[in-house]
Amino acid sequence: MNRIDLCFEKLRAAKKCGFIAYISAGDPDLARTRDIVLELERCGVDIVELGLPFSDPLADGIVNQLAADRSLRAGTSTPKVIDFIRELRRETQIPLVLFTYLNPVYTYGFERFHKDAAAAGADGVLILDLPPDEAAQNKELIESAGLKHIRLIAPTTPESRIELIAAQSEGFIYYVSREGVTGAQTSLSTGIAAQVALIKSHTVTPVAVGFGISTPEQAGAVAGMADAVVVGSAIVKLIGQHGASPDLPTRLAAFVKPLVDAVKSI
Amino acid sequence: MSAPPPLTALPDTHGHFGPYGGMFVPETLMAALQELTAEYERAKKDPAFQHELDRLLAEYVGRPTPLYLAERWTKRLGGAKIYLKREDLLHTGAHKINNALGQALLALRLGKKRIIAETGAGQHGVATATVCARFGLECIIYMGQVDMERQALNVARMRFLGAKVVSVTAGQATLKEAVNEAMRDWVTNVRTTHYILGSALGSHPFPMMVRDFHRIIGVESRRQIMEREGRLPDLLVACVGGGSNSIGLFHPFLEDKSVRMVGVEAGGEGIKPGRHAARFQGGRLGVLQGTKTWLLANDDGQIELTHSVSAGLDYPAIGPEHANLHDAGRVDYLFATDEEALQAFQDLSHYEGIIPALESAHALAHVTKIAPQMKSDQIILVNLSGRGDKDVASASRHVFGEELKF
Repeated sequence: MNRIDLCFEKLRAAKKCGFIAYISAGDPDLARTRDIVLELERCGVDIVELGLPFSDPLADGIVNQLAADRSLRAGTSTPKVIDFIRELRRETQIPLVLFTYLNPVYTYGFERFHKDAAAAGADGVLILDLPPDEAAQNKELIESAGLKHIRLIAPTTPESRIELIAAQSEGFIYYVSREGVTGAQTSLSTGIAAQVALIKSHTVTPVAVGFGISTPEQAGAVAGMADAVVVGSAIVKLIGQHGASPDLPTRLAAFVKPLVDAVKSI
Repeated sequence: MSAPPPLTALPDTHGHFGPYGGMFVPETLMAALQELTAEYERAKKDPAFQHELDRLLAEYVGRPTPLYLAERWTKRLGGAKIYLKREDLLHTGAHKINNALGQALLALRLGKKRIIAETGAGQHGVATATVCARFGLECIIYMGQVDMERQALNVARMRFLGAKVVSVTAGQATLKEAVNEAMRDWVTNVRTTHYILGSALGSHPFPMMVRDFHRIIGVESRRQIMEREGRLPDLLVACVGGGSNSIGLFHPFLEDKSVRMVGVEAGGEGIKPGRHAARFQGGRLGVLQGTKTWLLANDDGQIELTHSVSAGLDYPAIGPEHANLHDAGRVDYLFATDEEALQAFQDLSHYEGIIPALESAHALAHVTKIAPQMKSDQIILVNLSGRGDKDVASASRHVFGEELKF
């Protein structure tokens, strides 16, 4: 069974909400990304989304853009991230989702990417600028088995599209909890509970909620409405500030543990 | 296998031009793009919309533009007869306003009162700011910091027209980064905001819609050359950044087999990685900013740096319809270097008393190469897509080595 499905099965049995952390692979470099993933696992993170860097991340806010820049400047590339996952699998079985844009995947070879990433030990992929409509209409974009295809649903997505996306969902659905790019915000969007309920009326696939969650209070509030909570930019920002520092794991734990605890206490 | 549809029947209902185009955008934008597509289809069939557009194009924008026989330049080059389609004479000084006006009318139909746009050379920004002033719409223009410096005059124009010009400092701070920022704004404010994309680029329906609003260039040219010469031209020439002025000129001639077409890309300092913006010279198939097309990227799929003396052509991807016309062999895509464009800029100023935009000067540079090889009874029709006032400071730096002081 795929590690993502297994993870949600365990969470369901334990009646717990999941915690998903997003980080940019290769920021500040891939050796450090290894330490970060292992520390996240120790903090109780259930799934890690690894950003595969792209030069033009148009759905990301400034924090994630700068992280992708740092990663690319450090020499990160698609083949290197795939090799990195293969190495990482010797040390951890935490579910890994590759979070990226189409062009790096397309250039690597769409089918080859699926085959190599799955063989290395990746569990899922989320391509921000590949809506299911296009995936269905381009013969070179046929999504092969091996990787779970995580789909996005936005607050602007009409119910007819929710139905279409839910019908082909795998692993989990990523509900973007606000209109906007990635990045922390001070207050949570309204209407999340109603949207999640609407999505769940169309599918049994778990629903994760993300975009803009940065405090234990926000994470706890969302945990009551969803199957998993995603925190990204807030963690990436911390890595950006302390990436090179030897006490990064300590600082990371001090920030992430309270977020995880808030989610798990629900 | 059934025969492929005629080139003029494209795109299909999903925005595909053969293997190119489409809607490669984050989910947040899908609903807005579908709404825009539906509203555009309704507007296209609405005689009241067309009437209002035609009226404003005539009374406010200044259409039709003249087709002008460049006699002295023709004589100087000593070959084919050269006609210039004078889009430089339009209100705001370039073809861009054809599309900005059309999309502003659409935004009004959609009830969206906030307008955003990207700009490279500033001509699309000025055109958008102009129509926003005309209709009382809020206007925010995203522009790369490097372009703001080299097109300072247009930045000042936009501000006088009431637009807020937002400087984009990411990456190489030119047109591509301005598009990224505009897309980010749109993702955030999509319910209240219309994005007037300025080239035949991005997600469906933009490449189709922008083309349709610029087809008037080719439609008028066709009628005017028939009136003047009683026959079609042998060759059409236009510059290609994203490809809006060129597709506008070419499209109404696509079925005319006798008419050859050349799109001229920016060769920059020559075809070396990072030093040009000629996508058909060393480019590859990929997906950027909503569309699948030919673009400049490295082996890892990271978008490459580009360079051109002309801000409007300094962009790593070509409009998807051009990629398809290239594959179909219907249009040839060649390039002109910075140096060749600067020479053409001076030549047209000198021989015809017309200072062309540096973008248009790339098309003219190709004409200087090809006209002498053609016979005197042959006809070249070149799109003079914009005027060069905005480029005078930048050209004097290159040509005279002088900084202009204002």
